[in-house]
Amino acid sequence: MLDVLYFIIPITIASAAPLIFTAIGGVFSERSGVINIGLEGLMIMGAFIGILFNLFFADTFGAWTPWIALLVAMLVSALFATLHAVASISFRADQVVSGVAINMLGLAIALFSVKMIFGKGQTDFIQQKIPRFNVPFLEDIPIIGPMFFKLVYGSSIMAIVVAFIAWFVIYKTPFGLRLRSVGEHPMAADTMGIKVTKIRYIAVLISGGLAGIGGAVYSQTITNDFGHATINGQGFMALAAMIFGKWHPLGALGAALFFGFAQALAISSSSIKLLADIPSVYFHIFPYVLTILALAGFLGKAKAPKALGKPYVKGNR
Amino acid sequence: MLISDYNPITGYIALWNGIFGDSYAIGETIRQISPYILAGLAVAFAFRTGLFNIGVEGQLIVGWFAAAYVGMAFDLPKIIHLPFALIAAAAAGALWGLVPGILKATLKVHEVIVTIMMNYIALHVVNALIKTLSGGGFKLERIHQSASLRSEFLSNLTDYSTLHYGIFVALAMVVVMWFILEKTKTGFELKSVGYNDNAARYAGMSANKNIVLAMVISGAFAGLGGAMEALGTFGNMSSMGGFTGIGFDGIAVALLGANTPLGVIFGATLFGSLKYGANNMPNEAGIPVEIVSIIIALVIFFVACGYIIRVGLIRLRNKKEEK
Repeated sequence: MLDVLYFIIPITIASAAPLIFTAIGGVFSERSGVINIGLEGLMIMGAFIGILFNLFFADTFGAWTPWIALLVAMLVSALFATLHAVASISFRADQVVSGVAINMLGLAIALFSVKMIFGKGQTDFIQQKIPRFNVPFLEDIPIIGPMFFKLVYGSSIMAIVVAFIAWFVIYKTPFGLRLRSVGEHPMAADTMGIKVTKIRYIAVLISGGLAGIGGAVYSQTITNDFGHATINGQGFMALAAMIFGKWHPLGALGAALFFGFAQALAISSSSIKLLADIPSVYFHIFPYVLTILALAGFLGKAKAPKALGKPYVKGNR
Repeated sequence: MLISDYNPITGYIALWNGIFGDSYAIGETIRQISPYILAGLAVAFAFRTGLFNIGVEGQLIVGWFAAAYVGMAFDLPKIIHLPFALIAAAAAGALWGLVPGILKATLKVHEVIVTIMMNYIALHVVNALIKTLSGGGFKLERIHQSASLRSEFLSNLTDYSTLHYGIFVALAMVVVMWFILEKTKTGFELKSVGYNDNAARYAGMSANKNIVLAMVISGAFAGLGGAMEALGTFGNMSSMGGFTGIGFDGIAVALLGANTPLGVIFGATLFGSLKYGANNMPNEAGIPVEIVSIIIALVIFFVACGYIIRVGLIRLRNKKEEK
């Protein structure tokens, strides 16, 4: 049994890290009242840019490449998210439709560019991956050490840290208070002198940036190249994690870890005796079924921000 | 296209030839249009009732599977078999639409998220079913001739393309949607709920019943779209690595067609031909096919924004008149 855990927990954390980043991004956007279905497209963009940068600059930056690639992916995805922000905040477009467009656009642009640059359906494999390392001291703790601190990806630790930072920002800083008030009752917030539009723009850009990092982490730890099926539902799974985590950063963290666990089980169930008889399809659909149940209120009441999906029009009641 | 350093003119010529170049291309284009019409109808129908059905993709997949399974597993005379397969597809799609419909009606769960999740559930479940039914393989056996929509006549007419009778099914469904929406009491209630569900409720209509009904009908259209692929184009079903994209393009079709049955035909014709014609672009002009997806996505984007710009303009004009 312990062997199984030694085997499964590292996979869980590795597959959860991209979900954590992206789900936290979703929390920022939706807390400010902007639905972000486009997470999938933003993640695709991040994954693509991450790989692209990594391939072209691996010689220049050496071992630092994957980290700088994360940064670049963040910036490009944030830029890409501006489209969603302009459409849904300034132009008051239907936020869901705009998000769907972002998803299609992200995939199409990324694949188009891949074919243009590489002349084939997918990129080459990257040489500089995100490194795995042992956490000093902590790895020596019996049982927990080998489970959590041996050969972890640096990005996984970063993901967990980001979740806590997000919690701090959203619940303990003035900016976080403004963010939440804009999402709950924009008119009241406006009366108090908060610039609704500005806060929402910032929130959507943050969500784009984090989704970009999520995508780049995924492509640089798990697939190591980019093709049409690199990001296949991870963005929507992050969306699910955010809802399942009840629009709370730490809830999203927990939900993402849980979904990562389901993915790890789906990958490795055949090699575990206890689970070998259960068809892997159950593990595949598990996160989605769970989200529907969570939404239906079977797993405690999940409450979305009140002004979610409603564009703010000054002077409208 | 200029940005990406390809020659736009050869690109468009290639696109044109891909769509209308010869009778074979025309046949294939029309073949591509039929599932687009049905997917567009599905999205449009839900939109008219104020629901956003992103789940067309999943409903289409289960419809595809149901049709392929019925076509393969039974051996009946054509007059029974074909309608049976079509009905099975519609029923499967309707079932997939029923879940979000019920959740929306009884528990006020937002249908967008549920339908997205249902898409993925459909994808994984169908793949698993294909694996089980084919004994660990990756595709189902071909359907029997008696369930096929293929037609020698249409195929000969268009130089042996895969054109099949599905286009007539699709057009018939356009009429059905028009009839339901414009000529029946149910359609009137559905539209009323879409305009203003409080007013509809006040007038004694059951909003909940109509929400469920709209999702079911929408799902049935989508399921039939899947049947086009199962019984006409492919004749079987292979396990899928990702989505077909038809369901998502259906959103664009519906938006461009302003959610009316007739508009959907135009939207589907445009996107169906673009999509099929684009396959010719890599060969003739060396341009990746994804250019068409970029165009479709941009169209969705601008239609979403454009609506608001139009409203803004009208408001501006009203203000001037007030002065």
